[in-house]
Amino acid sequence: MTEFEPVIGLEIHVQLNTRTKMFCGCELSFGEEPNTRCCPTCLGLPGALPVVNAGAIHRGLMIGLALETELARRSVFHRKNYFYPDSPKAYQISQFDEPLCGPGRLGEVRIHRVHLEEDAAKLIHVGASGRIDGSDASIVDFNRCGTPLVEIVTEPDLRSAEQAREWLTLLRVTLRRLGVSDVNMDEGSLRCDANISLRPVGSTELGTKTELKNMNSFRFLERGVNAEIARQREILAAGEAVVQETLHFDPRTERITSLRSKEEAHDYRYFPEPDLVPVAISAEMLAAAKAAMPELPAARAERLETLGLSADSARLLAFRPELGDRFEEALASGDASPELAQPLANWLSNEDGAADAAPAALAAIVAMVEDKTVTRDAGREVLSRVVADGGDPRAIVEAEGLGAVGGDDELGPHVDAALAANPDVAEKLRGGDMKPVGVIVGHVMRETRGRADGGEVTRLVRQKLGL
Amino acid sequence: MIDRDQVLHVARLARLRLTDEEVDRMAGELSSILDHVERIEELDLEGVPATTHVIEVGNALRADEPRPSLPRDVVLAAAPATQDGGFLVPSPQAG
Amino acid sequence: MSSLTDLSAAAAAAAVNSGEIDAGELFEAYRERAAADDLNAFLWVAESPASPSDGPLGGVPLAVKDLFCTEGVPSQSGSKILEGYRPPYTATVVEQLARAGAPLLGKTNQDEFAMGSSNENSAFGPVLNPWDRSRVPGGSSGGSAAAVAAGLAPWALGTDTGGSIRQPAALCGIVGLKPTYGSVSRYGMIAFASSLDQAGPFGRDVTDVALLYRHMTGAPDPLDSTSVGHQHEIALPTAERLDGIRLGVPEELSGEGIEEGVLARFRETLALAESLGATVQPCRLPHAPHALSAYYLLAPAEASSNLARYDGVRYGLRKTDPAQPDDLLSMYTSTRHDGFGDEVKRRILIGTYALSSGYYDAYYGRAQQVRTKISEDFAAAFADVDLIVTPTTPSVAFELGAKTADPLEMYLNDFCTVPMSLAGIPALSIPCGLSEGLPVGLQLCGPAFSESRMLDAAYALEQAIGFQRTIPEAS
Ligand SMILES: [Mg+2]
Ligand SMILES: [Zn+2]
Repeated sequence: MTEFEPVIGLEIHVQLNTRTKMFCGCELSFGEEPNTRCCPTCLGLPGALPVVNAGAIHRGLMIGLALETELARRSVFHRKNYFYPDSPKAYQISQFDEPLCGPGRLGEVRIHRVHLEEDAAKLIHVGASGRIDGSDASIVDFNRCGTPLVEIVTEPDLRSAEQAREWLTLLRVTLRRLGVSDVNMDEGSLRCDANISLRPVGSTELGTKTELKNMNSFRFLERGVNAEIARQREILAAGEAVVQETLHFDPRTERITSLRSKEEAHDYRYFPEPDLVPVAISAEMLAAAKAAMPELPAARAERLETLGLSADSARLLAFRPELGDRFEEALASGDASPELAQPLANWLSNEDGAADAAPAALAAIVAMVEDKTVTRDAGREVLSRVVADGGDPRAIVEAEGLGAVGGDDELGPHVDAALAANPDVAEKLRGGDMKPVGVIVGHVMRETRGRADGGEVTRLVRQKLGL
Repeated sequence: MIDRDQVLHVARLARLRLTDEEVDRMAGELSSILDHVERIEELDLEGVPATTHVIEVGNALRADEPRPSLPRDVVLAAAPATQDGGFLVPSPQAG
Repeated sequence: MSSLTDLSAAAAAAAVNSGEIDAGELFEAYRERAAADDLNAFLWVAESPASPSDGPLGGVPLAVKDLFCTEGVPSQSGSKILEGYRPPYTATVVEQLARAGAPLLGKTNQDEFAMGSSNENSAFGPVLNPWDRSRVPGGSSGGSAAAVAAGLAPWALGTDTGGSIRQPAALCGIVGLKPTYGSVSRYGMIAFASSLDQAGPFGRDVTDVALLYRHMTGAPDPLDSTSVGHQHEIALPTAERLDGIRLGVPEELSGEGIEEGVLARFRETLALAESLGATVQPCRLPHAPHALSAYYLLAPAEASSNLARYDGVRYGLRKTDPAQPDDLLSMYTSTRHDGFGDEVKRRILIGTYALSSGYYDAYYGRAQQVRTKISEDFAAAFADVDLIVTPTTPSVAFELGAKTADPLEMYLNDFCTVPMSLAGIPALSIPCGLSEGLPVGLQLCGPAFSESRMLDAAYALEQAIGFQRTIPEAS
């Protein structure tokens, strides 16, 4: 039987975090009362006109740079005509054949294009029950209408749902690092559609694709894409043909349904928006976007690896910039040495509170643990004190006597006492049965209030009993 | 020439209901208008750029600075139907 | 003493500013005349001036075409779909003129959404031509033109997309200017065709038009991306002669299809221009005969999109199908069926067709290319001449109802005015005599932003023509 390979491309809409909307001076809305962030322009009142928000162009250029795209010198807005109550002008101002950014790449995925457009209004379905007269109705709230959107379209370079999810994560952290969007899928500031087709393994031709709409979480993206791959595989296995159409994934039922309505296929009648003039990207605009570029997660991960981190740790710290920043500060503090890089990364990713401590204090604690000045448990205790009350970790260790009881001289007498106190255990150990060594370790721990290293105690027991 | 079906198709795109009489009349009128305007087919326009904006305007960008929005009662003042601070419409999900 | 309303607007402004007359009395004199309007020129008349009279325009009241948004005042663009609509904001140009001292006198009738050449497409009934009430005043700014011609308003605002200022100015025997595209803000003008729409002044004479226009333009409007304003203040005209001015007469727009009486006045005016020192020479606009075709694709295409917002959701008319009151699609189609008149429907259909999949290149794309050729024609012509002159319209004012049965024949009224609209260049119409007792218009046009020079030449001609504005009294 023919083996099929999925071919997946993504279309991502990102709400930009400008202060004002794409084409008018209304402030962006964050849960305000309906229809309180509207003006003649974003309500589509007769006679009102759009003016492009420079802040949206700036953010668009930053995204273009981050995705290594070809930035257009001249970019044109078009009207995309369609009737829907969420579209006040009955057209969306978008871009068509002269988008802000041309081809680019992020990681293993090629970017087809990046363009700017405006978001639609929100429709609140009140249904028949919400109505006095029992009619089925919706309420339109134009607060969101006109919020700047960037649409990112990839080439069909993804080969599995998991890979799509991974890559979208990379895109999200990249955009978050740029500071251009909240990129929150739950709140709709990041939305993803997927174009999916299957083809026989080894083939370079593309099969018929379907478009899976609006998966509103990373989990649903993965599940939805997998469900659609399975659906298409079944169709093809039965020798039938996939129909090109737009689909909706219902996360509750995990069912895929067609969005195709009885009406004629969309004919958006794109034409150049006569109310706007082309945007010419000046040297100044480009320089400003370049100057605002931070180090991006992918590049940071590579750099962190050169500091001696494992690939996983490097990616984790790079993808969570706040952790990455802590890490780099800690590593730069007086207490740190290059060998401390991986342990620091481990603490930051595994230990509660590590990200809350002052980076220099964290470095001091990890350094003490690594050179066995304190045990790991004691290190954790110091960490929680530092997080709660601040202070110098070394001073805390000193004052509280938390330093490790280490070395044969210090630890030896404790081990002797423990063996003496537990003669039957000592007897078993002498006989070569190491199972009850925990009793001795426990005894020593009690005596030293946890400041001994269990491994050291075991070693001394063996030494003293000549094992 | 534009026939009845084309008139109906375009009217659907434009969300315009037409009576049967109007469809017939429009098909005739639009055909004679189109016959006239189609004379531009005679012109040799090979390589001629399209004019979208007749007067060259440099960038017309707006600083990302807020301007006051309208009060909600003003926003809703001309609405044919409202509910809960919003514009009430027949549901697009119905049917 | 002659009545206050006999003064030209410029003279009245000067008289108010020198204290000779009272702005309040002047407003009231016009308000009374406008309120007694029997031409159906006004759709709404103000009770009192809503803005102060101080400022260079001296409180001389202004009639404003219905399609300019005026806060709290009906702004319906002559359409049933916007009947009674009172916008929450005012168009930039109306606000600018109010600040300069021209308070709103009233809103004037027009063809629905500015689509028409006779004012018969208004949802609020046709406007009558004050020269002969059985005839049309022209359109689409017919209410503004008739109001100024009949002395119901000292001056007025109109808009011109393909001739909607120049043509009614010609048919009503007054002066009308379509400025360079982008020189006046479009913010708050209810759109017909965005890349062509331009606001302009009507006046009884060239000086009034120059004065009003001076205060309509200036700095670019930050609310209109396509607005560029004017770098220099518009000069008030003073020229007495036309020495050294080369006037070009394009054969394409001054022969075939133009009424003999109109051509006769046109030729006489050219002779007069020569006597004032101008040289008159032929010039070519080879693509001008195709301008109308390009225009009747481009303008409807833009209109089909601009008028899509009238959907019964946020303002204006809402109609539902009684058989299915909860159906969104039928709400859209019923609202638009009942709200739009025939001409608007025709243009929406043509425009939608021209943009639709498979037809864009042949229609819209090609029309944009023709537009390029027309601009190139004008640029080439202006290398040899300073101004181009044509008759403004192919005929004098025609009878009401004469052309309503044949849309294409109506469109041909714009034959001489549409090329300048496509090229975005300024053009004005001045009266140059009578034919069959009705006014004939002369059109002058020049390169972009040449308004001051054009107005100066028009002024010299106006003085020499000595057109008598005396309208036969209504019987
Ligand atoms: Mg989009
Ligand atoms: Zn707004």
